[in-house]
Amino acid sequence: MLKDATAIVGIGQTAFAKHLPESEKALACRAILAALDDAGIDPSEVDGFASYTMEETDEVEVAKAIGAGDVTFFSKVGYGGGGSCATVGHLAAAVATGQASVGVAWRSRKRGSGPRPWKNTAAQLPTPGQWTRPFGLLRPADEIGMLARRYMHEYGATRDHLFNVALACRNRANQNPSAIMYERPLTREMYMTSRWISEPLCLFDNCLETDGALACVIVSAERARDCRQKPVYVHSAAQGLPAQHHGMVNYWNDDPLSGPAWTAARHLWKQADFGPEDVDVAQIYDAFTPLVPLSLEGYGFCGRGEGAAFTEGGALEIGGRLPLNTGGGGLSEAYVHGFNLINEGVKQLRGSSTAQVPDAATCLVTAGEGVPTSAILLRA
Amino acid sequence: MLTPVTDEDGAPFWEYAARGELRVQACAAPDCGELRFPPRPCCPHCHSFDSEWRLMSGRGRIWSYVLPHPPLLPDYAAQPGYNAVLVELADAPRIRLAGNVVTTPDAPLNSLDAGRLRIGAPVKVAFTEVDGVTVPRWLLERG
Repeated sequence: MLKDATAIVGIGQTAFAKHLPESEKALACRAILAALDDAGIDPSEVDGFASYTMEETDEVEVAKAIGAGDVTFFSKVGYGGGGSCATVGHLAAAVATGQASVGVAWRSRKRGSGPRPWKNTAAQLPTPGQWTRPFGLLRPADEIGMLARRYMHEYGATRDHLFNVALACRNRANQNPSAIMYERPLTREMYMTSRWISEPLCLFDNCLETDGALACVIVSAERARDCRQKPVYVHSAAQGLPAQHHGMVNYWNDDPLSGPAWTAARHLWKQADFGPEDVDVAQIYDAFTPLVPLSLEGYGFCGRGEGAAFTEGGALEIGGRLPLNTGGGGLSEAYVHGFNLINEGVKQLRGSSTAQVPDAATCLVTAGEGVPTSAILLRA
Repeated sequence: MLTPVTDEDGAPFWEYAARGELRVQACAAPDCGELRFPPRPCCPHCHSFDSEWRLMSGRGRIWSYVLPHPPLLPDYAAQPGYNAVLVELADAPRIRLAGNVVTTPDAPLNSLDAGRLRIGAPVKVAFTEVDGVTVPRWLLERG
């Protein structure tokens, strides 16, 4: 049984910026060493690693750089940002079943100063791209924009709803000195008059391209009691690849607006002792604002088609119905393929967030929606 | 244009397009016949590996659309104001094809005033050659 059998006992991160001088490998090592130090565990004890695709640095490089001992478990989860939470899930399973005793998951990226993946046309033209790229659907913003317009059409969602998401993230980033958008408030006027990226999505509907790295450390619940920090238990974990899914462009599913979140959610809640109504704070993958209402529906916080209305009345703000992305999220803290959402979830349950939800004891963290995804429920 | 890189499963779509035909892969098992897109080796319903390419009427409706703005790749940045649409086929609404709505088959990608696009608007297919590849384009039915 995975439930509460393991805990996250260490988190670490580098600075977040548009440009950091160090390599992805160096940033990865800094984040991992910081996470181990936070846990009070010597790097030589690490025997498990998990990462996700689009990571340039592999576990062989990391293990020898940090001075890990013999490594007995390593995994790499597919689909980029959809794999963030699965790294924790894989390590939790490995530790719970005795395949490893100290697991490290990490993400290091130089997206702020490096090339954007969609500009690499060779990489974008493998066969699935033949159905979209020739027609000028080039970037993730175009692909998600297509779903967003349909969603707005079917359910009466408006740009004000998307603004609610962007604003909640920005307001939290304004409280977080580590966030790229710290001290940079967002107004409705700024949002409504900003330039388009892919209509109906504007500049502020898109995440930040960032340089930076993060890591976390997972051990058994038993060992966690002896670590330096208050344990944050991995209560439930799931991945989701829905029937007839096609990455990023879920257009050939019977129901394109019911994406991978729905699949992951069914398994996630089935294993949990509590339900969506008991979640104190959520960290929902926000590469684009429309992913939030879609995820709110998928993870069961509201009914189908009600995700946009859910954002009204400050629901996503501190003190609201479901405080969201309390570090600022991908939209306003840093876009590090969702890993900052995992660490922020841990901070909330330790009581150390810069936008602390009083007495937060449960947190949902999700990975990239629109691609085969993953999610975890964390418990204090 | 980003020229399509086809695979064994997808190549017939482009070969038929070059002849001016919009065809979609279908299961060829006698009791099945389900259409499927994108093309693949076997039928997800009955698991038959026999397939055929069925001629479509070429009519559909706009399911959704986006208007991409810069930064774009060079070939597309040269046609600001273009649209990318998803068309659900009249013959099989669950089959949705990405494409572009233009004013005439050979018109530039940005030839249509974007204000004329509506979800649900009926469209019909046309074909044009771009960079040596024949691609489907879409024209508004009430042009």
